Formats: sequence, C-alpha cells, structure tokens
Amino acid sequence: MARWQFAVTTVYHFIFVPLTIGLAPLVAIMQTAWVRTGNERWLRLTKFFGKLFLINFAMGVVTGIVQEFQFGMNWSEYSRFVGDVFGAPLAIEALAAFFVESTFLGLWIFGWDRLNKKVHLACIWAVAVAVNLSAFFILAANSWMQHPVGARFNPETGRAEMESLWAILANNTLWAAFPHAVAAAFLTAGTFVAGIAAWWMVRLVRSGDETKVALARDVYRPAVVLGTVTMLVAGVGVGLSGDFQGKLMFEQQPGKMASAEALCEGTEGASFSILTIGDLSNSCEGVRHILEVPGLASYLGTGSFSGEESYLPGVYDVQAEYTERYGETNAADDPVSYTPNLALTYWSFRLMIGFAAGSAALALLALWFTRGGRVTGNPWFARVGIWAIPTPFLASSFGWIFTETGRQPWVVAPNPTGIDQVRLLTERGVSTVVSPGMVLASMIVFTVLYGVLAVVWVRLMHRYAVEGAPDTVRDESPEAQADDDADRPLSFAY
Amino acid sequence: MDLAIFWFALIAVLWTGYLVLEGFDFGVGMLLSILPRGRDPEHRDKERRVLINTIGPVWDGNEVWLITAGGATFAAFPEWYATLFSGFYVPLLLILVALIVRGVAFEYRGKISDESWRRRCDVAIQVGSWVPAVLWGVAFANLVRGVELDAGHQYVGGLWALLSPFALLGGLVTTVLFLLHGAIFVALKTSGDIRERAVRLAHVLSWVAVVVAGGWAVWAQVAYSAPWTWAAVVVAAGALAGVVVTTRRSAEGRAFGLSAVVLIAAVVLIFGSMYPDVMPGLDGGESLTIGEAASTPYTLGVMTVVAVILTPLVVAYQAWTYWVFRRRLSVRDIPAPAGLTWKKIKDAAF
Repeated sequence: MARWQFAVTTVYHFIFVPLTIGLAPLVAIMQTAWVRTGNERWLRLTKFFGKLFLINFAMGVVTGIVQEFQFGMNWSEYSRFVGDVFGAPLAIEALAAFFVESTFLGLWIFGWDRLNKKVHLACIWAVAVAVNLSAFFILAANSWMQHPVGARFNPETGRAEMESLWAILANNTLWAAFPHAVAAAFLTAGTFVAGIAAWWMVRLVRSGDETKVALARDVYRPAVVLGTVTMLVAGVGVGLSGDFQGKLMFEQQPGKMASAEALCEGTEGASFSILTIGDLSNSCEGVRHILEVPGLASYLGTGSFSGEESYLPGVYDVQAEYTERYGETNAADDPVSYTPNLALTYWSFRLMIGFAAGSAALALLALWFTRGGRVTGNPWFARVGIWAIPTPFLASSFGWIFTETGRQPWVVAPNPTGIDQVRLLTERGVSTVVSPGMVLASMIVFTVLYGVLAVVWVRLMHRYAVEGAPDTVRDESPEAQADDDADRPLSFAY
Repeated sequence: MDLAIFWFALIAVLWTGYLVLEGFDFGVGMLLSILPRGRDPEHRDKERRVLINTIGPVWDGNEVWLITAGGATFAAFPEWYATLFSGFYVPLLLILVALIVRGVAFEYRGKISDESWRRRCDVAIQVGSWVPAVLWGVAFANLVRGVELDAGHQYVGGLWALLSPFALLGGLVTTVLFLLHGAIFVALKTSGDIRERAVRLAHVLSWVAVVVAGGWAVWAQVAYSAPWTWAAVVVAAGALAGVVVTTRRSAEGRAFGLSAVVLIAAVVLIFGSMYPDVMPGLDGGESLTIGEAASTPYTLGVMTVVAVILTPLVVAYQAWTYWVFRRRLSVRDIPAPAGLTWKKIKDAAF
C-alpha cells in the first residue's frame, strides 16, 4: 500500500516536473531574445508560454510538498536507515534551489512593472537554473539508492553513515541519470512549445487572412523552430545518456538489465526483443520473444554485439547470485525473490524508448515543413503536433517506472563493488507504527485530490493554449514608463 | 559547541522563519472573509484581492521555510524526522492537503472569471489557512508536553492522545497569534478603508492573544519547562503588551515587529521546553534525545558548512523581495479580472 501511494504521488509529481525544468529555460531564452532584440514577437511568446509555465509550476510545487514528508510518514524505517546520507541532498536541495526558485519566481510574476528590465530577466534565469539544480540534488539522493557510494555501515546502530558528500555527488549513476532526466525534460518542453505553436501556425495559415498568415510567420513559426531544435538536441542527449546509463546499469544492477530484456538464461550476444508474448508475471516460463534484433541487448549492456565479453546475465543467474550473497529468506523467514516484476520492467523500458524516439523523429519532420521561412497550413501538421505533446510525458513516466520498479525488491540496492551491508529491502523500509488502514485512507485522499486537480490543470492548460499569445503587449518595465505615476494598477495581481 | 545542539538551534531558527513568515500568510488567508466588507460584491472581491496580493509575490518563498525545516530535520536528526512524521501521521496528512488546496487556489483563483469559481477558491484558501494554523499549534504543544514513545523510539500514543486540553489550547494559541500577525500585516501593507479595519481588528485580537497565549505560556512554563525559559515568557508578554499599545495608535510597523518577537519567543519557549530531547517522553517515559536522534558528526559538519553559507543569502534575497514589493496596496491598484470565463473554457476546441 505504501508502495502504491509513493508510486502514485511520485508519478503524479513527475507529470509536472519535466515541463517545469524544460520550460523555464525556454521562457528565459524567449525573454532574453526580447530584451536583446527588442522584437515584440518574443515578448508575446514569453507572456504566452510564461502563463502556461505558471499554471504548471503551481501543480509541481504543491505535489512536491507531499514528497518531502512522505519518507518520514510511510517509510520511517527506511528514513532511519539512510537518513544520515539521504537527508543531506534533500536539505541542500531546499536551501540551494527551492528558496531561489520560489522567491525569484514571485519576483518574476509580479515584477514586470517593478524591476529594471535586465534584473527582471535575471529573475527568470535564476528560476531556470534553480529548477535544474533541484533536479540534480534530488537525483543525487535517488542515485544513491540505486548505487550507494560514499557510505559505510555502522553495526552498532545498524545504519548507513555518510563518509563523503563528494563521493555521493560524484556518483557515476548520478552523472548518468542527471543528463538523462534533464534531456528528457527539454524534450518534453520542446515538444510542448513546438506542438502548440504548430497548431497555432496551421490555424492562422488556414484562415487565409493576410494579417493572420503574417502573424503565423512572424510569431509562431519561430516558436516551432525553437521547440523543434530543442527537441532534436534533447533527443540526441536522451539517446546518448540513456546508452551510457544502460552500460552502468549492466555493471551495477544486473537484475534490472536482465528483467528489462526479459532475459532468463544468461547469454552471449543477447538479442533486443521488440515484441514479446507470453506470461511475464514474474516467471520465465512461457516467455516467447517474437521480434528481435540480434546482439543489440548485449551491445546496450556491454558495448559489444557478440563474443565472450557480450555476456549478459539472466534473471536466473542474478537470483542465484543474490541468494548466495544476501540469503534466501528475509527477516520473517519468507523466501525472497530478487527478481523485479518482469512485465512492468520489460514494457516500461520499451514504451519509454518508443515514445521518446517517436517524439524526436517528429522534430525532424517539423523542421522540414518549416524550412527556409516556410509556414504550413497542412491540418496533419497541427494534429501531429498536438498528439506529440503527451508522448514525452509518457516516456518520462515509463522511464521512472522502469528505474524504480527495476530496483525492487530493494529500496537501497546493494552496490556490487561497495559495502554489502548498505542495502535495504523495500519491505523493511515501511513505517511500523502506521496502520494499513491509515495508509489506505491517505492513499484515497491523495488520489481523489490529485484527480480533481488534474482535471482543472488540463482544462486550464488547454484553454490558455487555445487562447494564444496576447494581441497587444506593452513594455511595462519602469524605464519604459516615463509617466511613473503611482496610481497605475498593478501589471499583475492574483 | 556540540554540533548536534547547534543543529537543534538551527532547526528552531528555520521554524521561526516559517512561523513568522507563513504566520501572516495564514492570518491573511483566514481573514479573507472576515475583513472585506460592503454590499457591493465587486468591491468585496477587490478587497479580497487586495488581501491576497499583499502576500502574492512572497507566500511561496515563505512556505519553503517549512520544506527546509523538514529537509534539515531529515538530514540532521533522521530519528526525529522518522518518529515525528510517522507518529503525527493524521495531523500531517491534513496539513499537507490544506497546503495543496491553498497553493493551487492562490494561483488559479484569477485564472477563471466566474463568481462560483472564485468562491470555491476562497473556501480553499480559508480552509488551507485555518487547518494548518490550528494543527501546527497542536503538534508543537504535544512536543512540549511529551509523547508516548516505546524503547525503539516509535510513537505509540495513537491519534486521540494528541488531543489533550493542553494541545488543543496550543492550537487555539497559534490560530489567534497568526490571525493577529496577519491583521497587522494587512494593516502594514494596505491603505485606505481596509487598513483602518485591519488595525481595529488587530487591536481586539491583541487582547484575545494576551489572555489565550498568556495562559498557555504560563501553563507550559510551570508544567513542562526549565527555569531559564521564563525569559522567553517575559519577552513574549512584553512584546504582546507592546502590540496592544501600538495597534491602538495605528503604528503598524512597530506592531508588526513586536508580533514577530512574540512568535520568536514562542519558538524559544517550545524548543527550550523540549531541550535536551527532541521528543520528550510523556510523564517521564522514554524520550528521544538530541544525541540519539542526531546524524554523524561528519554529516552535521557538512550540513553546517552548507547552512552557514546559504542561509544568510536566502535571508538577504528574501528581504530584497519584500523591499521590491514594499508599496502599500489599495483597491485602486487591483486591475480588472483577467481570467477566462467558464463558457470560453468549455468552448475550447483544438
């Protein structure tokens, strides 16, 4: 139950997070373009996407508050075990990033007519840097759970203790996960900007009205190009960092790699299956791979397609090895399965790759349609643009589902080259004083509340996207307002 | 000095920042239906927006003090974090839900121009302000009074044990203090009609606070505290007396400073009563001490470096924010509603 609750609240939080992380820098770039060139098109785009950014940011904030306390509420045993190590990145995240983003976002929202133009621009850049910084620190915490480094085990207290903060921040798992997550966030935001702008461009071009076509060319086409270029760069980044991460995973968490491939027996030159039928519910019996790329799985894991060095261990090998190393039974004398849920890891891995690759491929298409200053009125271009928007969100969600469920049954996975005692089974991490009824109640409360908020969020995002960029924009900065009378209403008020 | 004790004090400082800053946020939220007056609904809505916008640019940054206090407790006192939040499960759940609906309501209230939408958001803001204002007081009063822990430092008292008369009175104290703090803040940040009403209300509330908070502080001091925290009680009493005087004279700046001093003294009293435990046991039972709850010296050392560098910066740029938005607000400053209508939202079609 606690697992479900954590999964629901985290996946929900992570719907909003990538858009925030990616969109903040894009809005900052748009505003920079306006401040530097004075071209009003960029101010209109800044205001347009800025509004959508804020609608999204609010949801990211409120869903994030829950996460900060959920460790203690539902996972108190885990918190006791890892607190000495895990708490530090969390506290640093709050001090170094949350304060900056919340304070400077307030300045940005309300400061259009209060702050010097350059200072106001600096505020959104501070937000953009801080949201990425917070991603770094929270991923540092998560990467430590996947691959604990810089810690020792104190047998007297039975806890993990921090030995070196630098080792935790230099964790190679972190340096693979951070670029991957940030690139995915940029892919999300790039697709979001390009998709909405594409829909607007097509709509205006199809109206046939001269001024509207000019508007499409002048305002929305640059946004499409900005979005698609971001998508392409991010798509390449996602691929490269993902490949690097796969190779690390092979060394550090062979169980996850094996279950990602639904690979039962260890093999050389293992194939990457694209389609598998059969019952994957945690047993290898009945797994049938029907569409395969030979050697690719081995390449993803080891860097070679065939031969001895391409050997990938299967879930049987991992189970045998872990049983020998960490015991057959848990504290309650029940046998432990060291195999994650095969169906979940297998499919989430494929869906992640599929959705991300699809969205990056669309970017190429979009660039072709808008080459050399062209605008298009092709209705399919708009449709594809809109349908592309959710795909990176799905890819991100599936990526996280894969990463997190592939780590099971561990909440702190043992590091094969680290200290064996720094490990914790998920079942040992839950709070012992919290009754299942209470967790169920809070689970229902959060699910219902989040459901209602999601409906509001979708409607607002949708409607404000359809509303489009403002027709008139005004430079409200104090230096542009010669008649600085104090009676003017605020440029923005809740 | 022992680093664990330093961190105990630092967490008290973070809570002080939270209670002083969110204290008036909660107060403003609770006053949303109380302060605005008049028969004209449009005017009333403008007055509500004046209230909301006094904290508009800063409420989010203020709330981060809570997140940081939580994160710092996790880093410096994992045992405390684990015991406290798994033990106070239901109150914390209610607080989290309240903070969620409140935050969303602030941001989304003006996005849709519709009377019933605004009314719902106002309800969310008020519920989201009343609930934490009461429950933080209940939670802290329980930490002063002591809770039932077992030998493994797990909280075993159950939910109803948290609702003793002393704890409930504590909830009333925070509510009154936040209402007072909020009313003074509104008086300080607005001009015209609404400012006068806020000052008058603050003066009435300051007398209520003298009775309620004074009674609780003396009870806490006599029953649960060390002799030296009498100093905090005396300072709080003096500052509260100052609030009574300054609100009668409409000296909002000084009144605000003094009501902040009341909250600071309250935190000193609370943490002083807990010391040397982070969770005292009920009736001398098992306690969780600072030493038992603390992280290793290495972690505390690293965190000290981080905190010593970053906390002054945070204070500096947050202070600058208050300076940027120092201007008083009145109904004339509030622009026309800029949100979309429900009809438009329903008609939206891609």
